[in-house]
Parts: sequence; C-alpha cells; structure tokens
Amino acid sequence: MNSSTSEGALLTWQSGPRRVLTVYVPLACFVFVLLFPFYWMTITTFKPNAELYDYKTYNPFWVVQPTLDNIKRLLFETSYPRWLMTTMLVAICSTVLSIFASVLAANAIQRLRFKGANLVGLAIYIAYLVPPSILFIPLATMVFQLGLFDSPAALILTYPTFLIPFCTWLLIGYFRSIPYELEECALMDGASRLQILRRITLPLAVPGLISAGIFSFTLSWNEFIYALAFISSSEKKTVPVAILTELVQGDVYQWGSLMAGSLLGSLPVAIFYSFFVDYYVSSLTGAVKE
Amino acid sequence: MSEVTTAEVPWSPKRAAPGAIARLLDSKPVLIFLCLLPAVGLLLTFLTYPLGLGIWLAFTDTHVGRGGIFVGLENFESLWYDNVFWGAVFYTVFYTTVATVLKFGLGLWLALLLNENVPLKSLIRAIILMPWIVPTVLSAITFWWIYDAQFSIISYVLVDVLGWRTTYIDFLGTPWHARWSLIAANVWRGIPFVAISLLAGLQTISPSLYEAALLDGASSWQRFRKITAPLLMPILAVVLTFSVLFTFTDFQLVYAITRGGPINSTHLMATLAFQRGIPGGQLGEGAAIAVSMIPFLIFATLFSYFALARRKWQQGDDNE
Repeated sequence: MNSSTSEGALLTWQSGPRRVLTVYVPLACFVFVLLFPFYWMTITTFKPNAELYDYKTYNPFWVVQPTLDNIKRLLFETSYPRWLMTTMLVAICSTVLSIFASVLAANAIQRLRFKGANLVGLAIYIAYLVPPSILFIPLATMVFQLGLFDSPAALILTYPTFLIPFCTWLLIGYFRSIPYELEECALMDGASRLQILRRITLPLAVPGLISAGIFSFTLSWNEFIYALAFISSSEKKTVPVAILTELVQGDVYQWGSLMAGSLLGSLPVAIFYSFFVDYYVSSLTGAVKE
Repeated sequence: MSEVTTAEVPWSPKRAAPGAIARLLDSKPVLIFLCLLPAVGLLLTFLTYPLGLGIWLAFTDTHVGRGGIFVGLENFESLWYDNVFWGAVFYTVFYTTVATVLKFGLGLWLALLLNENVPLKSLIRAIILMPWIVPTVLSAITFWWIYDAQFSIISYVLVDVLGWRTTYIDFLGTPWHARWSLIAANVWRGIPFVAISLLAGLQTISPSLYEAALLDGASSWQRFRKITAPLLMPILAVVLTFSVLFTFTDFQLVYAITRGGPINSTHLMATLAFQRGIPGGQLGEGAAIAVSMIPFLIFATLFSYFALARRKWQQGDDNE
C-alpha cells in the first residue's frame, strides 16, 4: 500500500495518474492520428461545396448541412459501379486461383514430404521478396505479347505472383499442425492421397484457408501498379486506379467527389475486414512468425 | 487437436480395382508433380521469367511497340550522368531510412502500449489495423487533401486554432516539405503492420520472465533491455526485412500524392521507372532503373536479416 516507495507494486500494475500519462494518453494519440484521415475522408464526402471551401464561416471539423451529392455524382455520373464489378471479379478470380495453387503446393511440400521439399518451400518464400515494382515493365511487355493488354485476365494471371507465395507459406504453417497419425490411419483404411487431402487435411485447415482467402482478397483489392500499367480503357479499370486517374481531371480537384470515391472504395474492404478481424490478425502474425 | 479421431470420418469401402488414372494419381512422384505444377508454373511464368526478361530489357533500347536491340551498358551509362536518376536514388534511400526508423520506433512503442493490460484491447487492435487494410492509393488521396495548399486541415489548426503560425504551409509545393509529407504518410500507413506484428512477438514472451526479473529488482528499462529486446529480435528481423523491402520499392503513395514533383524532387526509383517506362515508352531505360534497385534490395535484405537474426542463426533453427 506504500505505493510510492515499493517499486515492484508500481511496475506490474502501475496505477493512477502515472499509468494514465504513460499508457492511455499516448495510446489515445496513436488512435487519433491513425483514424483521423478516415474521419476527414468521411466528413468531406458529406460536405456541400459551400462548406468545403469556407473555413471562416463553418467549422471544418463538422458538417452543418450534410449532402449526398458527392456520392450521387460518383454512383450515377461516373462508371464507379463498373469499376467496382471489375475489381470484385479480379479479386475473386485471382484469390480462387491462388488458393487452389497454394493448397496443392502446400500439400506437396508439407504433407507428401519429398526430398528437396524444404528447398521448394524456401524458393516460394523468396518469390515473395520480389517486389512488383521490379516486375511491372517486363510483365507489361509480356502481357502485350500475349494479347492480354487491357483485359482483366492480365490482372487475374499476374496477381497470383504475390498471392501464391504468401498463401503457400501460411498454409504450410497450418498443415504442419495436423498430426501425421491421422494420415497414416487413413492410408491403412485404403484412402488415396487425394482423398486424404480432401477429407482430412482440408477440413482441419479451414481457418488457414479463410485467413489466406481474405488476405488474398484484400491484397488484390488494393493492388495498384499492375492495374495501372496493364489496363488503359476507362471502364475496365479497378477502383483504386480509376479513382486516381478518372476523377482527377484538370487543375481543379473535386475534393468532394474524390473523398466520396475514396470512402466508397475503402468501405468494401473495411466491411469485409470487420467480419474476419481475428482471422486477419492471425494470418498477419502467423505469416510473420513462420 | 487430439480430440479428432479417424472414427468420425466415414470411409467408403470401395477398395477393389481402382482405375488406371486413380492408381496414377496415387503414385507419390506423379502426385507431387501435379500438386506443384499450378503454383510453380504460375510463378515461373509470371515471376521468374519476367525477372530475367527485365534484366535483359535493361541492356536493350526497347520502346513501346518496337522490339529493341542489345545496347550493352548504354542505359546505365546515360543514367550515370542523369541528375534526376541520382535524385531518385537519394530520395529512395532517404525515404526508406527515415520512414523505417520512425515506423519501428513508433510501432514498437504502440506494441508495448497495447501489451499493457488496456481495456478494449482487441477492439483497439482491430481499428488500429485500418490504415493498413484500406487501399493505399485511397488513403494517399486523403493525405493529398490533408496536405492541400489552401485548405489543409493541419494548417488550419496551426494558424487559425492554435495561432502558432501566420501562413498556411505549402506541404507539397517545395521539395523538402513534399519529401517529409510523403514520409509522414508512409509512416502513418506502416505503423499498424509493425505494431501488430511486434505485439504478436511480445505476447509469446512468458510473463514469468518478467516476474523473475521483478523479484530480482530489475528496473523497467533493464527488463526491456534484457528480456524484451533479445526475445523480440527474431521477429523484429523478419518484420524489418519486409518493411525495408516494401518501403524501398514503394510506388503507390508517391505516384498518388506528388507523381514525383515538385521538380522531380520526390521521385522514388519505382516511380521514375514507371514514368520513363510506361507513359514515356522507353521500356529499356525504365527496366534499367528498376534493375538498379536489385543490388540495394539484396543488400538491405541481407543486412537487416543477418544483422538482427544472427543470434538465432548461429544457434541453429529447427524449422528450416
């Protein structure tokens, strides 16, 4: 109870003003700074132009007469719904393709256990370290030669280059936790190796599959450089590229529309994320820990 | 895991006479080959081959729509005398160094704060990841608006609310302001990843170690220095490697906010490669700039990995 002198009591459960100062105040600052841009994005979306450009009469931190004009303009006067559909299509297809390839690869590396499996695993891990910024120029020439330029197929085929290494690595971790005894029993019962994958390994690795799936989906949704380099016609662009290249016209920026575009482009991933937070955190940290 | 028994899995007793295809699929070498085929095939076609092609393109004078011929080191020679290129190299190194130091300093601090027993911890952890979830370009556009010369909210607070300044800051109009503004935006986006990864590392450290240290009278700095830091090193090395790699090759943030301006002062090597290669049409020169990143990347990766993971590496690692 002599808390001022007893160092030990202070250190484990710092209480009172000192804890407020060393823990809660900095934490509140972090949360404020990390979330403020989203607040600013949202509040700008709902501001009419009169309030947007007049800080003297209106307090910029609040909106007096909220308007849906910016959102309406985005939805009905631009191709935003088209962009959204394209992005969705690309994200879902590349995710499915990557998960399919990664499950098989992880199964071969971790469950079938062959000579050199670790080497293949390492090679796939190193593939994750090759950044898209180095690959986009040669890929652009390849895409052009294959006749895929300006088509969503170009994105669906190139996104797996950064999705497969990540997913495979994540799934290897999940597969490793499944005891081999199960597999041996099934083999004795006469199951084929593919049956083992389908009926034992996969059902037990469902959390890993969900993690890999949502991670791939968000990564494809957010991808920018390939989508910028390989797609040229306006209606085939993905949301991040389209908002930057189609809504920014001339020297006068329509900040209201731009913020509406950013908000609506962020919402799908944000909502998706909020449903799967735990899987997301576990895949992020799991992949790092591997 | 031990609760799962094979008795729960119903097996159909169709054991007699499997077909030729089924037998082929059950032979291990064939199955391994088939399982690796999609992943390895895709990666070889769209990752390894383009990597080689990119290095080849760097030694040619390829333009958009026209195949190039081998020109030796000509692209690199012209880059050697190109001030814009050296400016981009300088800013890329500067951007990576400053942003990484800030991200890790602040990220570690945030992780340590979250590791205290704070209420609503999982909620805070979830909302803190938001900057990392949202497409970078879209949050970059928001930063662009926050950095607006006339209507910046930061300037508004500094000038009209606090009265610390008399003029609005021209965030993106002058080279150094623009450089620091971009670094701030990058740090904002990178903190959550660092903090959440390090928090996962912190949570694996057994509390009994801290209790023992407390009983021995260790101060909080000593506990951080002797327990937290060494046990966090392996995970820190991995996160640092990824962070350096992705910051060095960053493209989106700069492309969205400044496109390399004002007067080419904020070009990163990736944005310069894009500008010369895709809209500029000089694929050979763009590829040469992109290829120049490779030595830096190898060096940064090896440095951050071996400098920090040395201890783990020397002890021998069981999962490799």
